[in-house]
Amino acid sequence: MLDVKNITKIFGGLTALDDVSFSIRKREITGIIGPNGAGKTTLFNIITGIYTQSAGTIYFNNKNITGYPPEKLAGLGLVRTFQNIELFGQMSVQENVMVGLHTRSRSGIISCAFKLPGHVKEERDVRGKALHWLEFCGLSDFSGLEAANLPFGKGRMLEIARALALQPDIILMDEPAAGLNNRETNHLADIIRKIRDSGVTVVLVEHDMELIMDICDSIVVLDLGKKLAEGTPRQIQENPAVIAAYLGSD
Amino acid sequence: MSHMKKEMIKFLLFTAAVIITPLFFSGGYLMNVLVFVGINTMLAIALNLLLGFAGQISLGHAAFFGLGSYISGVLTATHGFDPWLAMLIAAIATFLMAFLLGFPILKLKGHYLAMATLGFGIIVYISLNETVGLTGGPSGLSGIPNLQISSLLFDNDVKNFYLIWTFALVTILLSTNLANSRIGRALRAIHDSEIAARVMGVNASFLKVQIFALSALISAVAGSLYAHTMTFISPASFGFNFSVELVTMVVIGGLGSIYGSLLGAALLTLLPEFLRTFQDYDIIVYGLLLIVMTMFMPGGLVRGIPGLFGALLPKRMEGGGENA
Ligand SMILES: Nc1ncnc2c1ncn2[C@@H]1O[C@H](COP(=O)(O)OP(=O)(O)OP(=O)(O)O)[C@@H](O)[C@H]1O
Ligand SMILES: [Mg+2]
Repeated sequence: MLDVKNITKIFGGLTALDDVSFSIRKREITGIIGPNGAGKTTLFNIITGIYTQSAGTIYFNNKNITGYPPEKLAGLGLVRTFQNIELFGQMSVQENVMVGLHTRSRSGIISCAFKLPGHVKEERDVRGKALHWLEFCGLSDFSGLEAANLPFGKGRMLEIARALALQPDIILMDEPAAGLNNRETNHLADIIRKIRDSGVTVVLVEHDMELIMDICDSIVVLDLGKKLAEGTPRQIQENPAVIAAYLGSD
Repeated sequence: MSHMKKEMIKFLLFTAAVIITPLFFSGGYLMNVLVFVGINTMLAIALNLLLGFAGQISLGHAAFFGLGSYISGVLTATHGFDPWLAMLIAAIATFLMAFLLGFPILKLKGHYLAMATLGFGIIVYISLNETVGLTGGPSGLSGIPNLQISSLLFDNDVKNFYLIWTFALVTILLSTNLANSRIGRALRAIHDSEIAARVMGVNASFLKVQIFALSALISAVAGSLYAHTMTFISPASFGFNFSVELVTMVVIGGLGSIYGSLLGAALLTLLPEFLRTFQDYDIIVYGLLLIVMTMFMPGGLVRGIPGLFGALLPKRMEGGGENA
């Protein structure tokens, strides 16, 4: 459903991604792993329209989405979370998720300012749906809290709740387990599986190998901007090139 | 009680307060000052929508106020238009101008946006001064007619008070609605993280332009009201100093707080009336206020004052487990 074709990204003199191609299958959890600086976040930034690639094409549901801005991709059902949490800090936890419902509602400035009947109903709807996603991610108790005051682990969860509220076809998560304790990581694994089982495709960048090997259906390995390997968790674990890269670089 | 109910009660209480105010100060000089508080409230809220909600600076907002004033003034005083029609034309024309200006200018961020809006303000100010044939230049434009509803002519302070505050209250009501809606959330989201807002599907660049144009429209309406209540206008009211004063009102009251803007507008309009000594040093006082506020009360008075009380009162026992 997501096809990355020959993506290259050059920053000044540095080639962050070098002719990377792979495909992500529908309703699977695909892991993207690789040492620090391998180009994982850069890849996400290109897929989600935040950076423009130096070369290559991206197809989403067979549609060429190269050069689409993030807001347009959101409308198509492609969403992501951020490695460095990007919450709306001064807004409440519930309001954060309500922003995730932006594409699922349509009231404009006039309708909002004059509280036209359609808007009032929609607002109630959005509020209710936001509570649902908060519950899904175990955040019900925090709904009124200012997002900036959330404990770190809950902040990561809120990023996911907010992205899910969009009811995406595909969700890209950039290191959602970074900084989580064991209990939180297990909870995250459950939620990611539940997301996949509800029919949403998941792409997961992670350093936590246990988590990756545990929940991923397939894995892509990047190293120094190049694709090193691709396969099932089992195949990846046994791949000599991957073993060498990980042992060699650490 | 839901948030919106609280907002509604706050609004109704304030409306009641506005309605009875002339019963106490009728005819006095204060009535005249309160008319300006109403106009400045509209302007501060207009700027707050842009600065406090969307997080985009404008150092040229006095220009939109001036454009509204002068379009209304010239159309009525020189060309004999009906004042209400002139006001409508001023609002639409200023809105469209801001809309077109918004596309290139709001691509800029931070200091660059500040410089660009500052430049725009200066251009409008100089144009008002230099196009003497049209505006009357530095010596101003007089003979602007009052607004009128059938036989009711708005020609004294009490009538103007009710006229202006009707507009100010509508501005407060609509802005509060907007703030607590899908659009208000999208604006605040842009403020906190533009990139995350976009990933959530918010068309940030277009929404910024829309809110910039809306802000200009409210400022233009305030400008028309100003022209028709004063009956005389001159460019001096629409210069850089006033743009800075507007920013000061918004920051003092509290970025992103509608009632904060009301408070900021009231303070900065009333204070100089009592402290005549400000007169020539106003811009210095605004500068100092801005520095002090951003250093010690970055949330503005509406958040700062309760915070101050909170700090003075004994600490409540809340969730002290973690670090205790
Ligand atoms: N905006 C940028 N400008 C210049 N260089 C960049 C930029 N973004 C990333 N890079 C460089 O590109 C390379 C890949 O970075 P990227 O953030 O994609 O790595 P990563 O795989 O996500 O690493 P990590 O696991 O540490 O998050 C790095 O060398 C980084 O310094
Ligand atoms: Mg990264």
